[in-house]
Amino acid sequence: MTVMAADPVVARRTEIQQTAQRSADRRQLLSRFGLLACRICLLIALTPLVALLVYVFIRGASAWNWAFFSALPHPAGIPGGGISNAIIGSLIIDGIAAAVAIPFGITAGLFLSQSDGRIPGLLRLAADVMSGVPAIVVGIFAYVVLVLHHPGSLGHYSGVAASFAIGIVMLPIIIRASETAIRGVPSVLSEAGLALGARKATVATRIVLPAALPGLITAVLLAIARGAGETAPLLFTAGGAQFLANSPLKQMNAVPLVIYQDGIQAYPDIVRVAWGSALALVLAVLVLSVGSRLVSARIRRVRDV
Amino acid sequence: MSVGWTLEPTQDGGRSPVRTFPVRPKCSARRAARALLVSPLAFGILLAACSSSSSPTTTTKPSTAAASADPYATVDLHAPAGTLSGAGSTFDQPFFTKAFFLYNQADSGVSVNYASVGSGGGIAQFQATTVNFGATDVPMSPLDISKATGGQVLQVPIALGGEAISYNLPGVAKGLKLTGPVIADIYLGTVKTWNDPEIKNLNPGVNLPSNPIEVDHRADGSGTTYIFTDYLAKISPAWAAGPGTGKSVAWPVGVGEQGNEGVAGYVKDTPYSIGYVELAYALQNNFTYAQVKNAAGQYVYPSLASVAADAAQKPNITAVDFSITNEPGATSYPISGYSWVLVYQLQKDQGLGTTLVDVLDWLSHAGQQQAATLDYVPLPANIQQLARATLLQVTGPDGKTQLLKTS
Amino acid sequence: MSVTTIDPLRPGTSRGLRRFLEVPDGAYRGVLAAVAALFAILLLAFIASLVIQSRSAFAHFGFSFLTTHKWDPVHAHFGALAFIVGTLETTVIAMVIAIPIGLGCALALAFAVPRRLQVPLGTAVELLAAVPSVVYGLWGLLVLAPWMRQYIEPWLGHITGNHFPFSGAQIGTGLLLAGIVLSIMVLPTLVAISRDVLMAVSETEIEGAFALGATRWQVMRKVVIPSARSGILGATTLATGRALGETIAVTMVIGNTPAFAHSLYSTSATMASVIANEFTEATEPYHLASLVAVGLLLMALSVLVNLAARLAVRSVSRQRAIGVGLL
Repeated sequence: MTVMAADPVVARRTEIQQTAQRSADRRQLLSRFGLLACRICLLIALTPLVALLVYVFIRGASAWNWAFFSALPHPAGIPGGGISNAIIGSLIIDGIAAAVAIPFGITAGLFLSQSDGRIPGLLRLAADVMSGVPAIVVGIFAYVVLVLHHPGSLGHYSGVAASFAIGIVMLPIIIRASETAIRGVPSVLSEAGLALGARKATVATRIVLPAALPGLITAVLLAIARGAGETAPLLFTAGGAQFLANSPLKQMNAVPLVIYQDGIQAYPDIVRVAWGSALALVLAVLVLSVGSRLVSARIRRVRDV
Repeated sequence: MSVGWTLEPTQDGGRSPVRTFPVRPKCSARRAARALLVSPLAFGILLAACSSSSSPTTTTKPSTAAASADPYATVDLHAPAGTLSGAGSTFDQPFFTKAFFLYNQADSGVSVNYASVGSGGGIAQFQATTVNFGATDVPMSPLDISKATGGQVLQVPIALGGEAISYNLPGVAKGLKLTGPVIADIYLGTVKTWNDPEIKNLNPGVNLPSNPIEVDHRADGSGTTYIFTDYLAKISPAWAAGPGTGKSVAWPVGVGEQGNEGVAGYVKDTPYSIGYVELAYALQNNFTYAQVKNAAGQYVYPSLASVAADAAQKPNITAVDFSITNEPGATSYPISGYSWVLVYQLQKDQGLGTTLVDVLDWLSHAGQQQAATLDYVPLPANIQQLARATLLQVTGPDGKTQLLKTS
Repeated sequence: MSVTTIDPLRPGTSRGLRRFLEVPDGAYRGVLAAVAALFAILLLAFIASLVIQSRSAFAHFGFSFLTTHKWDPVHAHFGALAFIVGTLETTVIAMVIAIPIGLGCALALAFAVPRRLQVPLGTAVELLAAVPSVVYGLWGLLVLAPWMRQYIEPWLGHITGNHFPFSGAQIGTGLLLAGIVLSIMVLPTLVAISRDVLMAVSETEIEGAFALGATRWQVMRKVVIPSARSGILGATTLATGRALGETIAVTMVIGNTPAFAHSLYSTSATMASVIANEFTEATEPYHLASLVAVGLLLMALSVLVNLAARLAVRSVSRQRAIGVGLL
């Protein structure tokens, strides 16, 4: 093919193509750098988090033995102590909080899902406000209501006051999440139930709630995970204890309290107990979080058969 | 999925339709959910069963401690069963937690929970009657007593200890010599570095670094701070005119930590730091601590002997006249103090009140054996008598029944 | 004569708890309304009790409570300014660190990571939001603080010539460490919500941009981020709200000095940390009331920021918000 060197159209076309190629190369390079920067950000973000978990695992696992879970705390200098009273205290406190907050929250969620009027709107706002309150302020409230001496209050630290505080922390989560889950149930189901002459209560308890179960379970388990990990509300309500409390009306110990109080001590034995408790708490919360996803996914899958 | 109907007989002889459901595959998700929620409960119950039969690693029985001249030392633990709660001084915490732990080992019906929140916290909770007893290194002032909501307050001396000036100086061993005025200057901020002439002159042979002094003090309301500032105010006019004496003062310099434990932890972790901690914390953590010049001009280490010598210089203390810092005597350690337990004279619950006075009586007499193993000075005999005399005033709800039996 | 009627949902055909739950309609609505009212009463009681307990402090100190920094329990002078400033300082430091990194991370998760890894990595980031704050505090105090003291603070001081803001005694704990720990804590929240917002951008626009020959970076910069702007703003505001209210981790690493911080290395206190530290021992007059007043201020601040954020983040699924501990 002869070279048409002097053809201005071809020359112009080549010039444009070269400019476009250079621009494309430059933009590709810029894009590569940009994406690399983003990936580095990802690495920077994940590294401390992974490092923390690994560290907690290593330090905590070295503290775990049978005595750790079964023995009461020992004072500094006497080896072999454990956190049995803290584990039981946490179970009692979180158990009572959940037992009260779950029915309450789901019922409130039912209420909110039914209408979009002004009052439910206000209530939704109230739930949002509650969820934004820092946990320490919730602790102050529980202290004022249930710990300070006045008629109607217990007058001392107790597991019940701690449950009250943790329940308030859990409540907005359950309310909003269960409202979302219930709204996600197709309205044809409840309409069909009503058309068949069922009462509203029947439709709610036997049709809507079971249909919303995956979302509800997620909500409940995540709320429990969140409540179990909270420390600030426990500071002025549970009181801490070195022995096992045989009633929720007495002051009791809890796992987050152990971590907080033992972590600042100067005795290595006691700091090791703090690490072991930290590992226990992290594992419990992770199991609940992962479990909630698995369970709800499983229910959904079984249901969609 | 198909829904079927069957007819079930009813009570009145008729029949009623009932739905039948197809056999659903075993919903393992439900079982998983149940297991997730139930297993912690089962685990907890298992733990409760196990922990009640946990065996102690030490079997020292407090009631058979080494014989002392005190005729009450061999009396058996006879407190009725009960759970008590106390809060307050971190100064006492190592002593209390060990003593109550061993008491519970010997008599598992009695458990005393002690929260070391600082003397200020102990007084606050005692005033609000959220605890059965408070513990503080400085007795309640008349203003504090007027705010107590449970009635008349009794203050019982319970422990005697000294405060070590701990420091963390790499390369410098135990025994740095310090005087009261120099310590005051460090805490006032006028002495800023370790190789300041004021410190150097006292320690000619020691290689002091030029690093700044990281001063540490208490952030919470602390009786330990009271004893420390009481001493500083006595020997430094600048300190008396400035921050003064108190459980919590306006510190000119330094970082605040919670409790004796917090200060101990800070000094342990921070090079070039200095802090004041109860002697037991310093000894148990192998801290380096200073020799302090006492009123007689001698440099003295804090120890059982030197603190006891200081206390012996002022044998008749009361809840109003209680300061024993900077007493004369060649072997006295100047930064020493008693610690007090607060109880209400009228106990609303007879059983719990009896447990309380019995435990405190044991603690102030036979329990002082535990104090010695933890580097607290056992209470002198006359102070033990003062403790018993005070406890004898505690009555039941009727205001008349004396709860402490002295038979 | 017996009649068989087909009325499967007729009350009376259930047993036990279900029978108990099948109340008439009026009762059903009544119970629901009562529960909702109870919740509203709880919230009102909450606010009322805080206001009542703090009233004496506001009455005694007046507006100067917000403008004085002197916090002297012995002489009953209380002013919250140092804590307000401390809270704002730690939050600003945390967001300055967390926003660029979090945004980059969210972009990476949405566009720069192989498809197979997207779900696992995303779930990993969300699970990290579930780690309790006391564990962050423990790790920050016992692991990060020594690192800060031995390596990072000297290095930073060295390269800036010990100039403000990297001046002062290098003890590890302090404002900078609190900011860093806070930023690590809010990162998962920020990343998860931002990623959702980014992935909600309409596919047609993205594909159109690709069709015009844009590179991935150009698509991200020119198409995705502008259209997700309000959502990202909402995500950062939510994360800020979380950072404002964080108590335990900050209390453990900030050093608890109720005064202004002179530099990034000095210790300070935040509204939440002073409450955590001094609440159980507030005996002096006005001390407890002042602490409750500080709590009220903190609550007002957090709630305002939270509500503002929610207005901007409507497009994010509730599930995601619950999962990252926001709801």
